[in-house]
Amino acid sequence: MSLTNETIQARITEKFGDQLLNIEEPYGMLSFEVPKEMNLKVLNFLYDDEVLKFRFLTDLTAVHYPDDKGRELAVVYHLHNMEDNIRIRFKVFTDINTPDVYTATGLFSAANWMERETYDFLGVNFVGHPNLKRILNVEEMDYFPLRKEFPLEDQTRIDKDDEMFGRG
Amino acid sequence: MSEQHIKLPEGSIEKTTTTLNLGPTHPATHGVMQNILELDGERIVSADQTIGYIHRAFEKLAERRPLYQITTLTDRLNYCSSPINNMGWHLTCEKLLGLKMPKRVDYLRVIIMELSRISDHLICNSIVGVDAGAYTGFLYVMQYRELIYEIYEEVCGARLTTNIGRIGGFERNFNDIAFQKLEKFLKEYPKVLKEFENLFQRNRIFMDRTKGTGAISAERALNYGFTGPNLRAAGVDYDVRVHTPYSSYEDFQFNISVGTTGDNYDRWLVRNQEMWQSLSILEQAYQKVQEFKGAEAEVYHADAPEYYLPKKEDVYTKMEELIWHFKIVMGETQIPVGEVYHSVEGGNGELGYYLISDGGRTPFRLHFRRPCFVYYQAFEELVKGSMLSDAIMTMSSLNLIAGELDA
Repeated sequence: MSLTNETIQARITEKFGDQLLNIEEPYGMLSFEVPKEMNLKVLNFLYDDEVLKFRFLTDLTAVHYPDDKGRELAVVYHLHNMEDNIRIRFKVFTDINTPDVYTATGLFSAANWMERETYDFLGVNFVGHPNLKRILNVEEMDYFPLRKEFPLEDQTRIDKDDEMFGRG
Repeated sequence: MSEQHIKLPEGSIEKTTTTLNLGPTHPATHGVMQNILELDGERIVSADQTIGYIHRAFEKLAERRPLYQITTLTDRLNYCSSPINNMGWHLTCEKLLGLKMPKRVDYLRVIIMELSRISDHLICNSIVGVDAGAYTGFLYVMQYRELIYEIYEEVCGARLTTNIGRIGGFERNFNDIAFQKLEKFLKEYPKVLKEFENLFQRNRIFMDRTKGTGAISAERALNYGFTGPNLRAAGVDYDVRVHTPYSSYEDFQFNISVGTTGDNYDRWLVRNQEMWQSLSILEQAYQKVQEFKGAEAEVYHADAPEYYLPKKEDVYTKMEELIWHFKIVMGETQIPVGEVYHSVEGGNGELGYYLISDGGRTPFRLHFRRPCFVYYQAFEELVKGSMLSDAIMTMSSLNLIAGELDA
């Protein structure tokens, strides 16, 4: 456990400087945000750096924030350094009209299906992915179901509107 | 030869490989998933997996459910070890809500989780045996899975999709019958496991079928995101229980079992060894539970009135309890804003929950990191060039659970 959040933060700030945004530590996990063009640079740096060694992709997914205009989709990476047993999370935000993010498949084979799933549900277009097609849903589907504009409930029901769920 | 039967068009190239649809309802796939194999004779040239046949949109459904209703969704991920999924979900919520469990609850959870780990490994290992042609082991150990399910029944009333435990503890204390059954299990199971082990471990036929098939190196396994027994079989001693202890796993003494080659045989051995380790954890946990005396021995939930349902008799007699009861059941409790990732060591790997709350009554976004979804993509690399019968063994020894694959 030699590696701490402070060392990681110092090291990545030294490398990327002002391009790191929103550095936080929610529930003990260091998390930050980078511009979307930078995602591969950051992944590569975290992978190759002899101190950081984040060589395990735990999870890759995306989140849709419909109210955040211009940066509606967030792709979230969870990385794990198994030697020092520490995890980090970083995000890239993208515009929903041009949801192009570089693929991580070159670095992690695990990213292949994770990115396909993310594309399937939220429509993030991973540029350079070898086989970007739907994975869990049917191929003929022409929408991305986990986006917030697709409500789960029948729209004619009034007993289950958003207000009932604390968001009105 | 073929010219006599089929007249091919001029200039066409004759297809020399055979396409075989393994699944979605093939008896050897143990779940609804499809593999389109290209075979050259009996050797596999390529394998293309199709999944999603039982996709049920859990992540979307979870966005409209209060936290306690999501437990039933997690049951249906890895249904061979639902209690681990349930506990993982409770632990995630408790991390977000900042609840601290009493030690006794932690130990009771460890008992339930280790029982379900045994039942999960038991199924997987005996199914590997079935695919190799040994049916006896499978039928024999079913008796003890049944006993494990009876223990679940005493605690939560259900067997397969358990919905066991609540956010903040357990729904009720373990009764005497549950402990008696646990004692019976601890007494009888080691002998049965030993017999089961003897059936397979040094069995010539079994070893010939499994050794060297479906192998993966540690480096490739890590790159593919393997976790759990499959990663350990490749020689990486990563176990969430040890590396990021949850539910007081740090209080227990146990070893991480590792293999070397990452082939089917090593995967089988690792699972087998883990069952012995789980047994030892169970014994320790049961002993620790018995050490609680007096009022402490009755503790089965934390003091968290906002999230844990009050006792029924209090609901009928006390105003405050009635209000809490109503708020919880109607899902009207606001969840604190936060973003949390929590993982537990599931039956087949690191089961992670990524939960984002925006302060509403339901999660804003919930993502499950399902271990077998992540490692199943390595299947083609594992079976390329091997025989068809080895592919079937590989598929069962990876412990693929369709419910978890498709979420």
